[in-house]
Amino acid sequence: MGFKRFVSESIRENRVSPRLPDTCNIGVWLRVLLAVNLGGLLVAFARNPAQGIVHEFVDIAAHLEPAALASLLLLCAAGRLLAGLRYAAGALLVLVIVLAANALCHKLFTVFSGGLLWHTLFWAALATVLLLAWFDLRMKAKAPALTEARLMALTARIRPHFLFNSLNAVLGVLRTDPSRAERALLDLSDLFRVLMRENRDLVPLSEELALARQYLELEKLRLGERLQVRWDVDACPVDALVPPLMLQPLLENAVYHGIEPAEAGGELLVKMTGDRDRLIVEISNPVTAGGGHHNGNRMALGNIRERLMLFYDLEASLDTDEREGRYVVRIILPNMKK
Amino acid sequence: MKPLRLLIVDDEAPARARLRDLLGDITAQLPTEVVAEVADGVSALECIDGLPPGTVDVVLADIRMPRMDGIELAQHLARLSHPPAVVFATAYDQYAVRAFDLNAVDYLLKPVRAERLAAALKKARPASLTEAVLRELAPAGRRQLRCSERGRVLLVPVAEVIYFRADQKYVAARTAEREYLLEESLTHLEAEFAASFLRIHRNCLVAREAVAGVAREAGAASEGGDATEAHWALVLRGLPELLPVSRRQWPQVKALLGI
Repeated sequence: MGFKRFVSESIRENRVSPRLPDTCNIGVWLRVLLAVNLGGLLVAFARNPAQGIVHEFVDIAAHLEPAALASLLLLCAAGRLLAGLRYAAGALLVLVIVLAANALCHKLFTVFSGGLLWHTLFWAALATVLLLAWFDLRMKAKAPALTEARLMALTARIRPHFLFNSLNAVLGVLRTDPSRAERALLDLSDLFRVLMRENRDLVPLSEELALARQYLELEKLRLGERLQVRWDVDACPVDALVPPLMLQPLLENAVYHGIEPAEAGGELLVKMTGDRDRLIVEISNPVTAGGGHHNGNRMALGNIRERLMLFYDLEASLDTDEREGRYVVRIILPNMKK
Repeated sequence: MKPLRLLIVDDEAPARARLRDLLGDITAQLPTEVVAEVADGVSALECIDGLPPGTVDVVLADIRMPRMDGIELAQHLARLSHPPAVVFATAYDQYAVRAFDLNAVDYLLKPVRAERLAAALKKARPASLTEAVLRELAPAGRRQLRCSERGRVLLVPVAEVIYFRADQKYVAARTAEREYLLEESLTHLEAEFAASFLRIHRNCLVAREAVAGVAREAGAASEGGDATEAHWALVLRGLPELLPVSRRQWPQVKALLGI
């Protein structure tokens, strides 16, 4: 009941005015360039010239590409300005920027080919309006509420195996080491608080790291010396923003498949590096016989991939690799700050 | 009342400690004695082998453990001359729990309550895990076979066995490296590993994966067969020797090779 009300409220709250696409996002760039070139191809077909369609298309593309790229560059540069505006004003500014970029390109390139300025501007304006309408539609189709529901469904997962084993371990040390039991219950409660909140906003990496350490403390209670963890995170920007609960499921997999099946346990390696643009997260565990990365692992990876897609579109990636007896998961994210 | 003698098998130290605490709590209604605590199925087998037969009454076994899980441990225990009763405990293991429910096998869910533990121990009987039930719990059979060699227990992974061959008294398992003598019957092995092994002769089971092809072998006298008649022999992956195929098993071999 409470959950239902909460969802319907957040849907209402999210029925926001249309938003401009993020003009610095690679995914948006790709889609714009694809659409523009598709338009060029259609025009080439429509003209059906004597010199052949391919030739004609190359001709058209030679005009389209610089104009489109220049427009996108300017739009990306104006990104912050655009983000602050209301939709109508923003859309108008986008149109102005695109027309300016096209006028500029027209001036520079028609030296070779000739052609009418208003002609160029008309097509540019038409393309801009169509693309904006399409991005708006796409955004609506992916509906924020839907995206959010998906995000919540995706994050609210943890292996029941872990919960019950942890509770059992707490009970196991309760009589001999009450303070250890107390700490473990506090860690568990922190972990579940994060698991149960709405995880729709990016969080600082420092927060994620703290949670990961708490999670691994709990696993250490169960597994003792069998679980060794090496942290190599000194060089990472802890104020970078990352999706919530990105590390914990990966660590859980690493423990479940790489440490638990091994009699002597093993070492997890958590490595994070970053520069101005990117953040690279690498988690690896030893490959153990009988540990096999099967369905559970694939589900968790698919889950994180999908969340990366929802948060960053095409700008983030997740790969897995097996080398030198270790299973490695690597995530590359754009380095975003508040 | 004579105390019930227990072996605790769990890979997590706090989980073992928890069981010990609970056993202490119920000692008034059910006196128990913990013979040993070990961390996995293999250690449990080694421990029991080192004790006089019948020393352990009940084995309290976790399901998911390194080296050998609880269910495979139960399969090995069931083959002992004085098998102990087995009580499974699991935190969460959908497949195992479903199989337990379907086959009316008692089990404990972790965290365990003292009353529940007492009830399960009182009810535990060595014979409750029959061969049929064990086959339901682990349809693929054991993953390793026991082989006693000069007082030591060796475990041979079934996946490494290329063929089993019965001689007069014993069954030998051949891997790429060497041969192990097992206390098993070929009939039993055939039933347990029907999915991965094929009978090619009265005295021989071959891993389906290891079959490379057949060759026609002329003239050798086969047991009970016509001495002059040529017969088929199996060519193996990874071993040079040829294994004779009996006329009776020839159709199955042909079907496997698709000829």
